[in-house]
Amino acid sequence: MSVVVRLPAQLRALVGGAGEVEVEARTVREAILTVDAAHPGLAERVLDDGGALRRFVNVFVADEDVRFLDGLDTVLSDGETISLVPAVAGG
Amino acid sequence: MGYSLGLICRECATTYPAEARYVCERCFGPLEVAYDLDAARGRVTRESIEGGPRSMWRYRDLLPEVGDTPVDLGTGWTPLRRADRLAERLGVRELWLKDDTLNPTGSFKDRVVSVALSVARRLGFTTAACASTGNLATSVAAHAAAMGWPSVTIIPSDLETSKIVMAAVFGGVVLGVEGNYDDVNRLCVELVSEHPDWAFANVNLRPFYAEGSKTLAFEIAEQLGWRLPDQVVVPIASGSQFTKVAKGFAQLRALDLVEGAPPRLFGAQAAGCSPVATAFAEGATAIRPQKPRTLARSLAIGNPADGPYVLDELRAGGGDCGSVTDEEILEGIELLASSEGVFAETAGGTTIASLRQMVRRGTVDPEGSIVAIISGHGLKTVEALAGRSGVTATIPPTLVAAEDTLTARLLVGAS
Repeated sequence: MSVVVRLPAQLRALVGGAGEVEVEARTVREAILTVDAAHPGLAERVLDDGGALRRFVNVFVADEDVRFLDGLDTVLSDGETISLVPAVAGG
Repeated sequence: MGYSLGLICRECATTYPAEARYVCERCFGPLEVAYDLDAARGRVTRESIEGGPRSMWRYRDLLPEVGDTPVDLGTGWTPLRRADRLAERLGVRELWLKDDTLNPTGSFKDRVVSVALSVARRLGFTTAACASTGNLATSVAAHAAAMGWPSVTIIPSDLETSKIVMAAVFGGVVLGVEGNYDDVNRLCVELVSEHPDWAFANVNLRPFYAEGSKTLAFEIAEQLGWRLPDQVVVPIASGSQFTKVAKGFAQLRALDLVEGAPPRLFGAQAAGCSPVATAFAEGATAIRPQKPRTLARSLAIGNPADGPYVLDELRAGGGDCGSVTDEEILEGIELLASSEGVFAETAGGTTIASLRQMVRRGTVDPEGSIVAIISGHGLKTVEALAGRSGVTATIPPTLVAAEDTLTARLLVGAS
């Protein structure tokens, strides 16, 4: 599956400044790890030591928070957009 | 002079200068403003504060650095009202209302916006923006108008009519998003990555913005005669107000401006959007986001940014969090209005109804003093009372009709 990973400003330096990266991945976790393989450092910023999503990172697939879906195991379809978004905002 | 330093990450303690930045680069944790309280102790005194303006800016030394003059429409120093009639109805001994309906745009949001846009101006921004459930948009648009700045406020498109009108009347751009507040919030986080030159009050300026809520705690303590209340009930949306009220009381204690134990803080949420109350009741450490379904739109944040810290504070401080139905919220508005002459929006109804609930279940001590924060004016949410508040009777303009109706309705002259 070819998917697009959208990155917030805080992570763009890791990928050379781009706002999004296209990768081949079947799940959200795989997408994050695939970006990390090409651009080391991304995964440790987004995932904690146990490999779970950090509590102040939100991930959206097709505009739905993955915490309402299957979390990092959420299955992706071809052409889907994954957005990594800081959780600390608003209110 | 002020005693604010730079920013520090609440999670990993990485420090940053005081700039428009809200997320820790290392761990995505929230940044907050740090203070040199050791330097402030003995210099920020009751007298120095009492000599300041009758506004939230009397606490300027304990707020972020804002440059020459703050952006101020006259916010804060709102009444702390003794509410004996409501206390009797709720079965408590000493109740006070922090009446933030009386801020310039009718909600506590003027406190946070006054700080955020003052800092934004100092940092060189020229456009104001925010994600909002309504009250913040109104406050940002009003302050921006007063500064001569353009504003872009982003709200759910289906908000209460008064909130949309109030946000729009100041002449800024108001974007109505087809979605809930959490959708709006996410959109704004993505927008700020594309428009880093916009001062989003509650996104890239959020660490500064949040500090404004401390002034609620400062005013409560000062208005009680430099005394801490035993208990404070705070409405919870993102949880920012709650955590900063706690920080405000902690700073007063650290500066020896007040004595005694910190107040126990209690939360108030609507049952239709109760991620914090639910996690607290279940003993969970993480917040599960919810899809809000409540008429308390100003509290309808299903994924509260500061939720984990509210949980920590509730547990450490021996607090509790109410969760009340829409019907109870409306009863809360009516109870407050009919007892004290204060007209609150749905968030205030949630606070009063939650207080009643927590008194009934014994977590709020009826013998201890209580302050309830009434965060917004009822004119903002009049639709919520449609069908409940209206004329008692419609009559022809004759004395007979008036007397007949009054006799029937009020038993006038029946004795």
